[in-house]
Amino acid sequence: MDKRKILSVRNLTKRFGGLVAVNAMNFDVGEHEVLGLIGPNGSGKTTMMNLISGALKPSSGEISLQGSRISDLPAQDINRKGVARTFQLVRLLPSLNVLDNAIAGAVFGHRQRWGQEAEDYAMQMLERVGLSEQAQAPISKLTYIDQKRLELARVLAGDPKILLLDEWLAGLNPTELETGIELIRDLRGEGRTIILVEHVMDAIRSLCDRCVVMNSGVKIAEGTPAEVLADHEVIRAYLGDEDA
Amino acid sequence: MNNKDWRNLGLAALGLAIAACLPLSGNGYYLTIGVTIAMYTVLATSWALFSGPTHYISLATAAFYGLGTYVVAMGIDDVPYVILLVIALGVGAIAAGLVGLATLRLSGVYFVIFTLGLAEMTRQVVTWIQSNWGGHQGNYVLTDITEEMIYWQLLAVAACVYLVGWLIGRSRLGFALKIIGNDEVVAAHSGINTARSKVILFMVSGMVAALVGAILAPRWTYIEPSMAFSPMLSFQVVIMALLGGVNRLWGPLVGVIPFTLLWEAVSISFPNQTLLLMGVAFLLIVYAIPHGFVGLIEKYNARFRGDG
Repeated sequence: MDKRKILSVRNLTKRFGGLVAVNAMNFDVGEHEVLGLIGPNGSGKTTMMNLISGALKPSSGEISLQGSRISDLPAQDINRKGVARTFQLVRLLPSLNVLDNAIAGAVFGHRQRWGQEAEDYAMQMLERVGLSEQAQAPISKLTYIDQKRLELARVLAGDPKILLLDEWLAGLNPTELETGIELIRDLRGEGRTIILVEHVMDAIRSLCDRCVVMNSGVKIAEGTPAEVLADHEVIRAYLGDEDA
Repeated sequence: MNNKDWRNLGLAALGLAIAACLPLSGNGYYLTIGVTIAMYTVLATSWALFSGPTHYISLATAAFYGLGTYVVAMGIDDVPYVILLVIALGVGAIAAGLVGLATLRLSGVYFVIFTLGLAEMTRQVVTWIQSNWGGHQGNYVLTDITEEMIYWQLLAVAACVYLVGWLIGRSRLGFALKIIGNDEVVAAHSGINTARSKVILFMVSGMVAALVGAILAPRWTYIEPSMAFSPMLSFQVVIMALLGGVNRLWGPLVGVIPFTLLWEAVSISFPNQTLLLMGVAFLLIVYAIPHGFVGLIEKYNARFRGDG
């Protein structure tokens, strides 16, 4: 890999009792790279995201960010070091309005701001995702895609080095999907490093520099989207033996 | 500080000044009620500082209050009263810190039950220590501290609690607690040290409860564990705070005043029905006014202005 590595996953394993959800995974993420983490349902992608963000502790193996180990840190420390995530099921702060939800990401994260500065920056992020008109609205007034936008704005407000998007495009209708893909493409254009878990193939093809394919907790393929989607084992994992 | 802050500060100072004149009325009965109201205002407000934003319902008030009372009860013969107040603050802070570290990882109902058990456990420990080493169960607290002095001390503490609460509300810590109360997972993933924020606030409310216990100790003359660690106190604090509303700093006050007056009236005419009053108040909170009187006021205010 020619780009500088920013995140490395080495021999990472996560067991839940007898179930091995992530099994000896190895991969690297380069700076400014968009890495797709794909695979059929239940293949361990979300567990992988939870391990990177610190929501779960690995059973063995390690994750390091720019050479320093982060896999034994609590989630808040990982976030402060610059890894921020969205959640598969959107998580917002219902008692706060839209702007305060975005500010929540700006105050305690990787790059910390407070007061007017935090508000201004959060406002910029709301503009960035197209929500500035609704800054003072309560969360209950937001449509589904707007909720997703807001979660993204909150994550961006902390100026993370690495963005983890866990099925950020799932559940959007076709028009929203187009808007969503456009938005992530812009982030990519800004040179952000992004790891995304995704099922939407169009998004994977048009957004990802590289893909890691998981099945039953192990890595079965790695390469450009075109390469991995043509890979026999990947097709077999998605469609079953007969069709491969 | 903007104009609104100055106006609120002025109103608060005015209210405090008026309240401070109560002993001048010379009516002992009013003063007694005044002490009770001041005591519950301090306890409920400091309780709400922690439990309001985080939604962790703590029933540990009696534990800290009792510890404060006992600091004075055990030390009053040998140590100056003012020093005892400082010790009570320290004991409250340390106890709350330890409890916080041990329990704030518990969620919801487990936390509630633990804090309820904590008051009982503290009572048993104090009883055990006293009967093994002290040789007696109760303590006499004989001082020349008058009811007026207790009242003024409580008012001063109330002023401090409001000031601290106001400062926390504007701080990063206050914002962190709001986020924690909304979604602890999001809080952690936004870089907030959730355990530390919760423990700090829990210590603040534990300290205040211990201080109030210490201030009130001279009122009772004779102190024994079942009185100092009465679980009823914890419940009353929770009910008054929720009745008033915990989303505003002044909310608990709006619950404390009517509840205390009603409690007084009921205890005079129907001394056996105070528990019933507590039950009814609790039902009222759950079914009719989940956000307290303050929530009700704000709802009608919003409707009056036409936005809701």
